[in-house]
Amino acid sequence: MAAVTPLLLLLLLSSAPSFSSGSRNAYNINGRVKIPQGLGTKGYALPGRMSNVKVLLNGGQNITFLRPDGYFSFHNIPAGTHLIEVSAIGYFFSPVRVDVSARNPGKVQAALTENRKGLSELVLEPLREEQYYEIREPFSIMSLLKSPMGLMVGFMLAVAFLMPKLVENMDPEEMRRAQEEMRSQGVPSLSSLLPGGAMN
Amino acid sequence: MAIMSFIFVFFFFSSLQPILSLYEDQVGLMDWHQQYIGKVKQAVFHTHKTGRKRVVASTEQNIIATLDLRSGEIFWRHVLGPNDVVDGIDIALGKYVITLSSGGSILRAWNLPDGQMVWESSLHGPKHSKSLLLTTNLIIEKDNSLIVFSNGRLNAVSCIDGEVLWKKDFEEESLEVQQVIQPPGSDFIYVVGFAASSQFETYKINAKNGELLKHESTAFSGRFSGEVSLVSSETVAALDSTGSILLTISFHNGKISSQQTPVSNLLEDSPGLAVIIHSSVTGIFAIKTDAATIFIRVIGEGKLEVVEKTNHETVVSDALTISEGQQAFALVQHAGSNIHLTVKPAHDWDSNLLKESIKMDQQRGFVHKVFINNYIRTDRSHGFRALIVMEDHSLLLLQQGAIVWSREDGLASIIDVTTSELPVEKAGVSVAKVELNLFEWLKGHVLKLKGTLMLATPEDIAAIQYMRLKSSEKSKMTRDHNGFRKLLIALTRAGKLFALHTGDGRIVWSHLLQSLHKSESCRQPIGLNLHQWQVPHHHALDENPSVLVVGRCGPSSDALGVLSLVDSYTGKEFSSLRLVHSVAQVIPLPYTDSTEQRLHLLIDADKHAHLYPKTPEAIDIFQSEFSNVYWYSVDDDNGIIKGYALKTKCSGNVADEFCFDSRELWSIVLPSESEKIITTATRKLNEAVHTQAKLIADQDVMYKYISSNLLFVATVAPKASGEIGSVTPEESWLVVYLIDTVTGRVLHRMTHHGSQGPVQAVLSENWVVYHYFNLRAHRYEMSVIEIYDQSRADNKDVWKLVVGNHNLTSPVSSYSRAEVITKSQSYFFTHSLKAIAVTLTVKGITSKQLLIGTIGDQVLALDKRFLDPRRSVNPTQAEREEGIIPLTDSLPIIPQSYITHSLRVEGLQSIITVAAKLESTTLVFAHGLDLFFTHYAPSRTYDSLTEDFSYALLLITIVALVAAIFVTWILSQRKELQDRWR
Repeated sequence: MAAVTPLLLLLLLSSAPSFSSGSRNAYNINGRVKIPQGLGTKGYALPGRMSNVKVLLNGGQNITFLRPDGYFSFHNIPAGTHLIEVSAIGYFFSPVRVDVSARNPGKVQAALTENRKGLSELVLEPLREEQYYEIREPFSIMSLLKSPMGLMVGFMLAVAFLMPKLVENMDPEEMRRAQEEMRSQGVPSLSSLLPGGAMN
Repeated sequence: MAIMSFIFVFFFFSSLQPILSLYEDQVGLMDWHQQYIGKVKQAVFHTHKTGRKRVVASTEQNIIATLDLRSGEIFWRHVLGPNDVVDGIDIALGKYVITLSSGGSILRAWNLPDGQMVWESSLHGPKHSKSLLLTTNLIIEKDNSLIVFSNGRLNAVSCIDGEVLWKKDFEEESLEVQQVIQPPGSDFIYVVGFAASSQFETYKINAKNGELLKHESTAFSGRFSGEVSLVSSETVAALDSTGSILLTISFHNGKISSQQTPVSNLLEDSPGLAVIIHSSVTGIFAIKTDAATIFIRVIGEGKLEVVEKTNHETVVSDALTISEGQQAFALVQHAGSNIHLTVKPAHDWDSNLLKESIKMDQQRGFVHKVFINNYIRTDRSHGFRALIVMEDHSLLLLQQGAIVWSREDGLASIIDVTTSELPVEKAGVSVAKVELNLFEWLKGHVLKLKGTLMLATPEDIAAIQYMRLKSSEKSKMTRDHNGFRKLLIALTRAGKLFALHTGDGRIVWSHLLQSLHKSESCRQPIGLNLHQWQVPHHHALDENPSVLVVGRCGPSSDALGVLSLVDSYTGKEFSSLRLVHSVAQVIPLPYTDSTEQRLHLLIDADKHAHLYPKTPEAIDIFQSEFSNVYWYSVDDDNGIIKGYALKTKCSGNVADEFCFDSRELWSIVLPSESEKIITTATRKLNEAVHTQAKLIADQDVMYKYISSNLLFVATVAPKASGEIGSVTPEESWLVVYLIDTVTGRVLHRMTHHGSQGPVQAVLSENWVVYHYFNLRAHRYEMSVIEIYDQSRADNKDVWKLVVGNHNLTSPVSSYSRAEVITKSQSYFFTHSLKAIAVTLTVKGITSKQLLIGTIGDQVLALDKRFLDPRRSVNPTQAEREEGIIPLTDSLPIIPQSYITHSLRVEGLQSIITVAAKLESTTLVFAHGLDLFFTHYAPSRTYDSLTEDFSYALLLITIVALVAAIFVTWILSQRKELQDRWR
């Protein structure tokens, strides 16, 4: 989240008027997509290339691409309210509501629809990066112990070393009675299963 | 007890791991991704410089791509918008790809090595016209320039930055410009065209500044038709509108002189209507008639001579300048299973520069286009390579008499997909080529263990990755226990059927369908859909499964239908039928005959029902279920939804016992001035629902209204059916209906004011989820409607159950007017949608997730729990325990739940889900221009060990445990001995 705050500040600082020109009832929408440097370097290797970024108007009705400096334009757009979306792998962009005014040509109003923030200039920046993969936890003893196998070993060790301690504290009379009871029920005890168990 | 607690602990810990998504090293393990470009329209080679040789192609799917000439791999590719049709491409300055698109109004330059757009200019003009792109080596104001003619205006555009250097309008109303010519080495341009179809006009224009130097025109008695063919830089050939008189017009130095030659003079027999083939070979042009292709040479002043007449399907390439003043062109002809590629110099028809015969797969059909390129051999002679586009849209590179590479670009336009099971593995027959032996198996697992313990060297990691990706297990040609291995059968627009293996996406077989082949009786065949015709599983196990391909002979719904039956193991078309009726709808019936052929009902445009297969057995089965067959039709244009049932046998003059009349049961007429149907959705026929009851908080039960006859219909205000932003919120609304298609009863109706389409909807179990645009908030929204059966609600009384006074066993029927209640809720969603689907599992126990194809061509998985109408801002404790998520105004987009991870399925069209045999897993196939397939487990794979499971660790644990037992045993013995000695 820390990365987002400076981004938003950048948006507010840029205050040059956005421009649009046109003739008759068709207008142009010009804007810019800005992917801040430094983003996209962490995590998995992003293509981070401007050539893979698409700008879509009204759900894919018009599609345009970015110039090397990030500028894009839509030509021959009728006046009205439009929606611009940016598709870039690795980044999350908010769709932008763009009002192209018919009354005073040349005026374009834009606002992010996700957080209703107005844009003084049509500069689109990603709200956040998108990480498509889980990050593998580095190997640790804890994770090994937590795995089913580790638990099994742990449980076995507990039985092997703690149980005799418990048995030691038991009354020998009671112990013998319990053992006899078990034998009469026919439940094979561990000692009878093992070779040498018969020596008991 | 210990074991029980053990298992509990096991599950507790394994459920803590949050794996819904992938680790990066798991890419390619369950999924595959294939990229295509579609049917190539124009190709330009770039082989001049040393380094990578490329070919730039534009396709009918509005793609501009560069391919590696050595392997056919895609270097880069851009998908232009649906209306942004590419008119022309070229390479300028040796480093830019120039594209002219959108009816000549957008000119773009792309950087050749990496596909970065360099500049874009918008060209306008006074009127609509043909668009022509001409690259020249003209230098205007120090800039290399392009000449573009579009929208009735001639523009000279700088190659460097796309700036328009000069422009010249051709506003004359009737002028149709045909060619823009720059004679080599000159600094003027000819613009040649027809005015009022009977006047030939030439304009000579100064290329430096667009100044008109000379304008000449000549009137002809006849009328021109179609294209002109450029014979030299100052001569064109044209045909008149009757197709019987050839005109050669030369305009040397602006002086027009012409020659008329009747076609019949050149050919003895009357050829019928001829058309000129567009080509740019100097001195030669071609005309095509119904029967033949005729090559005509122009000798001197308008004298014509037939050089060759071919009756085969012949394709000509454009001319290629191979050396100073020498041009060559390629001809491709079919002969049996071979194709002949001939390259001839333009000036001498009788000599050949190259003549090769190449064996061609019959399943690729005819050659549609050919593009040639030359290279200098080591002995300084010219070698040629040819890129050919086949009828099935595949692209092949031919060089030295062999196919260097081929691309199956037909797969970029899939119409419909179905699946088929693979053969059962028979005992004693080893299908996999190399079965792993035990030692290798163990070695593999030791390597894996090293990987998990972080002890592996980079080579080991590479070996592990290779082993995982190339597992022979997943690409076997037999059925597996989990049902992961299947055949995906895809019908493409070219009329070809492909079978893809789900394991690795390879093509198992492909077949160009005879029934969808262009012929005299069927001029414009189009494929409609695929159905599973025969799925043997109980009886008839020795039969192969087969699929039914339904098509029709034309774009209109009353064109005659065609059917094909294709064996899904071998791809053999064992039956192909031309129907005598049209096909408006295909209804697979839930009945099969003794050989497990499914009964299908084909409804024609006149609402007659035709039963297939046409066997007496089928009619017997059908007669007994005659009164239970209902269907509906949706008429989008008039806003009418109608329900039908069968009446009697056809009363027509032909006695056909497989034809039935229908009667109209009900109809819903929507007011056309306020509502227009834009979307309908139904439940999938093969969807399984595990339970009708839904336990909610406080031990309460709700009964889902589950009916397979539910239809979702969305309508919008007619004004609002256009694009976003064309209407104000006040004049647009969206109305959704839930309709029972047997009785025509409207179960639910809801209006969203201030909303508009496009609507994407999915219906499953007892709910429907739909996506639309909210104009007031100017955001996309998704809504859910759940429908519950209220008449069963009083069954929760235990006493009634005990006494037997309940209706739980009564069948769910559309006849009983069940009391239903609906619940609904809406949420904001960020993206536009291209497709929506829902996961499908074999028994319907696993919770559902929505698969959303976003505008960025990614597929996002969204838990259905986020779209639960019972969500509230502050759920009670009981509701929280039930798993209800507190209400938020928008649906979350979690990047890790993109099932396409960092890939794009360009041009996404639809998402298909198929149940695997393993309950937890659903197979997802997304197609558009690209294909993507993956396994997806909505609630994780709770019923099988994950691929990550380390058998080596298990073995080591067991060994450790056994060792511990022995150690403790020895210790205890020793202790006992000591005790006895004491």
